[in-house]
Amino acid sequence: MQPFEYASPTSRSEAVRLLSPRWGETEALAGGTDLLGLMKDYVCTPKRVVSLKRIADLRGIHLVPGKELRVGAMTTYRELTENESVRRHFPVLIQAIERIRSEQLRNMGSIGGGMLQRPRDWYFRLGYGLLPEKDGQAMIANGDNRYAAIFGNSGSASWVSPSTIAPALIALGARAALYGPRGLRVIDLDRLFTTPAQPGEREHTLRPNEILTEIIVPHREGIRSAVYEVRQKEASDYPLVLAAVTLELRGRSIRSARVILGQVAPVPWPSHEAESALVGKTLNEETAEAAGEAAVTHATPLSMNRYKVQLTRVAVKRAILEAA
Amino acid sequence: MKKKRHSVRQGEQERAGVSRRDFLRGTSVAVSGSILVGEGKALAAPSDEVVGPGETPVVLHVNGETKRLNLEPRVTLLDALRDRLDITGAKRVCDRGECGACTMFIDGQPVYSCTVLAIEAQGHAITTIEHFSHGGKLHPMSAAFVAHDAQQCGFCTSGFVMACIAFLKSHPNPTLEDVEKGLGGNICRCGTYAGIREAVLQAAQAMTAEGNGGAIHG
Repeated sequence: MQPFEYASPTSRSEAVRLLSPRWGETEALAGGTDLLGLMKDYVCTPKRVVSLKRIADLRGIHLVPGKELRVGAMTTYRELTENESVRRHFPVLIQAIERIRSEQLRNMGSIGGGMLQRPRDWYFRLGYGLLPEKDGQAMIANGDNRYAAIFGNSGSASWVSPSTIAPALIALGARAALYGPRGLRVIDLDRLFTTPAQPGEREHTLRPNEILTEIIVPHREGIRSAVYEVRQKEASDYPLVLAAVTLELRGRSIRSARVILGQVAPVPWPSHEAESALVGKTLNEETAEAAGEAAVTHATPLSMNRYKVQLTRVAVKRAILEAA
Repeated sequence: MKKKRHSVRQGEQERAGVSRRDFLRGTSVAVSGSILVGEGKALAAPSDEVVGPGETPVVLHVNGETKRLNLEPRVTLLDALRDRLDITGAKRVCDRGECGACTMFIDGQPVYSCTVLAIEAQGHAITTIEHFSHGGKLHPMSAAFVAHDAQQCGFCTSGFVMACIAFLKSHPNPTLEDVEKGLGGNICRCGTYAGIREAVLQAAQAMTAEGNGGAIHG
């Protein structure tokens, strides 16, 4: 690991002041489960690390019933799973977190850090950047792409967005509060994620001297939700494909639906096709299967990941049936 | 800075005794200098203070003892304990927060110590596997590992035992399925999982029978 300066401010304004307006010079440290590994591998080589652990108002869980759940970005996964309000009103979040099958990671990892973890792609982790190219050719499309994207993968950034919690949060309509030198801005959580197109761009719309301070999840009674992961193994690992679903029902009829896919695109991938296949239909196995089929209509698998198309069909169908 | 570092090291050695590791490293034990006291106070620095990239005073509370040392901010908790304090029960294997061999408790909760900066562990109670062995008497979990042949090369063992102790704190009467799901954060490349599962189930029974589940501190 390259030596670095370390600061542990106690306020968000100090933290922002200590962060550089340019990427690469400084890094904000949350739970550390991703950043430290990136630094050991010299993928990230900040001159200064700004720890967010001592900023008290970045922690905590507050439910305003019927309105929203506010979760401080430094709240750990463990704290979320131990919170009675979250357990009662947002079981899909508990479901998603409990599939992080490592007690150690749940104790260390924070909800904000989870959103901002970097791609698990091996080209990126080996130092080829977010747009890995060789002789003008996209390395992922022409290389070992078994875990790569099957949607949104036309450029060289065809790795997958790693967070297994973001799809469920986006399906719930969550927003993200970002704090920077010019104050606070609140964006829809899906807008935090982007596919970099130019060298120097990141996969998050967070600015280099901004910090993620809070996740805000609308609370509405009667929303059904589930997340379904297709996994290679039950022990701690990233899933191969994930589908998060929220449904609003009237009787057995689906009034509205959100279907967000994980591990299939460089961003959490909203499946408008699956959503359209659900709205107005009766919730049953046939509908769920049709939605799974619709979800993959526009899939563009690479040479080694066609299997993910079938896993996506299945994940969507099973998430819908579990939500029902 | 050099003189200060030596004096701190000497302080460490006086507390820990001069170990084989220190001897082999050839560290000067004879350097004179007083033990720095009250270094912990220096850590309550103004919140906007930036330290490093060179060494800076760090105070760690390990297994009930206070350890003062000088570390660069980049040093992980695992490396500080293994390389500077000779607390080597936790193992450095993947060093990326994936395998679990470095599992320790911070404030009673298991964490990957390879993925915690030592400087960030200040002010917290750190517990390592050394805490669970007293005068050669094995903790019921370690004893169950022996009884069920739950190790081969042994590199994962201390981390696994720590994870298992933590697991039983939250699951005092686990099913086999609970054990399989609950220990996903540790890997044994020798593949002794069957033995480990048996060991956890037996330790759960032994500890419930002895009523000493509450005696397991983290």
